[in-house]
Amino acid sequence: MTLAEIWFLAIAILWVGFFILEGFDFGVGMLLPILGNTEKDRRVMINTIGPVWDGNEVWLLTAGGAMFAAFPEWYATIFSGLYVPLLLVLLGLIVRGVSFEYRHKRDMDSWRSLFDRFIIFGSFVVPLVLGVGFANFVRGLPITRNENNWIMEGTFANFIGLFNPFALLGGVTFIALFVFHGAIFISLKTRGEIHERSRALAAKVGIAAVVLVAAFTLWTALAYGKGALSLVIALVSIAGVAFAWFMNSKDREGWAFIGTVVSILTMVSGIFVGMVPNVVKALDPAQSLSIADAASTSYTLTIMTVATAIFLPLVLGYQAWTFWVFRKRISAEQIPAAVEGAH
Amino acid sequence: MNAETIARWQFGVTTVYHFLFVPITLALSWLVAILQTLWVRTGNQNYLRLTKFYGKLFLINFAMGLVTGIVQEFQFGMNWSEYSRFVGDIFGAPLALEALLAFFMESTFLGLWIFGWDRLNKKIHLLTIWMVAIGTNLSAVFILAANAFMQNPVGYEYNPVTHRAELTDFVAVLTNKVFLATYPHQMAAAWLVAASFMAAVSGWHLWRLNKSRPARADINDVDATQRVADHDHDVIPHRFAAKFGAVVLILAGMGVMLTGDFQAKAMYEKQPMKMAAAEGAFESTTDFSILTIGNREANEEIFAIHLPGLLSFLSYGNFTTPVPGIRPLEAEYQQTLTPKMREMYGDEVADHFAEAGYHPNIIVTYWTFRIMITLGMVAMAIGAWMLWTLRGERLPRGKLWPWLMVALPLAPLFGNSFGWIFTEMGRQPWLVFGLMPTQTGVSPGVTAGTVLASLIGFTVVYGVLAVIEVKLMLHYIKLGLPKHVEEPKVIEDDDAPLTFAY
Repeated sequence: MTLAEIWFLAIAILWVGFFILEGFDFGVGMLLPILGNTEKDRRVMINTIGPVWDGNEVWLLTAGGAMFAAFPEWYATIFSGLYVPLLLVLLGLIVRGVSFEYRHKRDMDSWRSLFDRFIIFGSFVVPLVLGVGFANFVRGLPITRNENNWIMEGTFANFIGLFNPFALLGGVTFIALFVFHGAIFISLKTRGEIHERSRALAAKVGIAAVVLVAAFTLWTALAYGKGALSLVIALVSIAGVAFAWFMNSKDREGWAFIGTVVSILTMVSGIFVGMVPNVVKALDPAQSLSIADAASTSYTLTIMTVATAIFLPLVLGYQAWTFWVFRKRISAEQIPAAVEGAH
Repeated sequence: MNAETIARWQFGVTTVYHFLFVPITLALSWLVAILQTLWVRTGNQNYLRLTKFYGKLFLINFAMGLVTGIVQEFQFGMNWSEYSRFVGDIFGAPLALEALLAFFMESTFLGLWIFGWDRLNKKIHLLTIWMVAIGTNLSAVFILAANAFMQNPVGYEYNPVTHRAELTDFVAVLTNKVFLATYPHQMAAAWLVAASFMAAVSGWHLWRLNKSRPARADINDVDATQRVADHDHDVIPHRFAAKFGAVVLILAGMGVMLTGDFQAKAMYEKQPMKMAAAEGAFESTTDFSILTIGNREANEEIFAIHLPGLLSFLSYGNFTTPVPGIRPLEAEYQQTLTPKMREMYGDEVADHFAEAGYHPNIIVTYWTFRIMITLGMVAMAIGAWMLWTLRGERLPRGKLWPWLMVALPLAPLFGNSFGWIFTEMGRQPWLVFGLMPTQTGVSPGVTAGTVLASLIGFTVVYGVLAVIEVKLMLHYIKLGLPKHVEEPKVIEDDDAPLTFAY
């Protein structure tokens, strides 16, 4: 394996980590209007992710930063080529992020409902756009090569081309899987009435998730995959989400959560496997941007490898510790009355 | 307007906005950590009340710094993809390390700090806020190292085959003279802002409390005695915070001046054109300009007040060595850089420079430099006035005081903004000084209309958030210290109510 290939793998891992972790807090955000019947319910839901959502989001920032550093050409081509979708992602992340912190800061219904809307909008639009985007990554983007430059023109036709059936399925699949993942997370982290309701909802959403994941991963494997390997990955992904549904029906939400984790892990991995040996697959294969072409110098990659080898275990350690510290389930009865300035 | 101009506006707007929150976060994290440490060490509840109060203001501010920071990382690829290609090998590494070493740390430990009051024991919980402060400040290390490369590229080699700058010496990037000069200057400036903020907020409360001070009552009048006690209950911690803030702000202000001098010397060495523009000095001179008024094209002096010899002293430590002016530098760059640009970017770029020259906007550079310095001085003056007014057990009064408390945090805050506008506008017409012209860095596939639409989008969202943020800040500032705080205890019982919940 070359250093560039290792970094391609590292970036894939960062994206996978981001989707697994932030996947459930996106799911919780999207479920806010569905499960959050009362203000107490909504607060329980937000408190399940309160201590960790911000750390989860850094996986995205690190993935972006790593793309910039390890594959400048990749970062530059994708980020400028997908300008409008990324703008939506940014606006979604901005309003969602402030809402978690500001929502409880005033004891007024209008205030809270404003930020609830922001949370729902952000939690919905970001995975939708990324789902559409990742499907296009494995399908191929309208990029063209000229000497050492790869460019996706910001034309209207190129933009509309992103909304092909496969990509739209990708977007919907991401949404359904994250909603399911989030519902399981809520039932894993709560007790009492909200726990029961999220479990019942997961049973319904789970069926949709299984069907969509099956359709999307199989389509990915058969149309854009690498033969048997991709097919196995797709089957594991389907098995994961089906297992999650089954375990949820048995009230074993710990196992169910592991099921959705495995499903997300393999679904996103399948996309990256389909991209190899390119970082940006072009619709016209001759124009593709390969891992080797996009990479930084080996000197830069070496420095980053050393730094990552030292610091990533540390990061994983304290993030795991956070999940341990806040391992207890919470219930609506435990949520204190809203007092401005109490916190 | 072309895409380059709009992209520059977008970068300017989003960066200046982001940077309204960053300096407060950078140093207020330390100040909150210090307050909490004082509480853990002394057990004095007043420090805990201050920790909670300033902690909340810190969080309101932090949230905005965080979300607007995401835009910054994405923007390089979206608007400046040619730049990202060209310097990604060098510039990307500090950004990736910033995320890995700093963002993870600050965000994870902030979650632990916010929700961990009744989950972690006192000392571990105290550790989490220190980790937040370390993480936050570590992030400044990497971003300033990356920025310093743009001001003074080091540790790289230009590869004509790949047409990009490639890293050859990472240690050189992290020990860039401009970075070593900028980091302490920016840190001192951040402390100046946060300390001013704390001094002003508590200073305003002292004034408010003094205005509504109850009359000392007969010992048998229970109600009145209680009112006096309530009053004193708030005066004591606010007096501490106001004085502490004022002392720190004056020390930080002195730090800003010293490091500013150090940084200016580094600039005269590495970016003489920026400093010549900052001085409005067209010819080489030894004089420092207190005020220069030029003609509309900003290429001729009409009126000027100079301090002889001072500029040479600031740049080189003597009174006689002339500092190069804009015209001789321009002539020099036309000889050395124009052929280089022709080789690297072709005739169009080179001809543009041959005509338009290599100097930044002189009016902007000249005035932002002076406004930065003036605003810093204003903050120090108010801080000194505060210490004088609050000496001993005195309390502030008078109509001027609340206005000074409004001006106090705003002056260094905007001073920071003007400082960065000066630094970045002074770098023009370069993205990377002497290596990559700004016009060559924009994304080739992105149209002006798209960039304009996003500029409008950001401006609207940022505008709405600004209104919300300021209202929230003022609301919580007015609400004041929590009256009573319960000693946080680690909860073991699963059914016990959460003390700290959103």
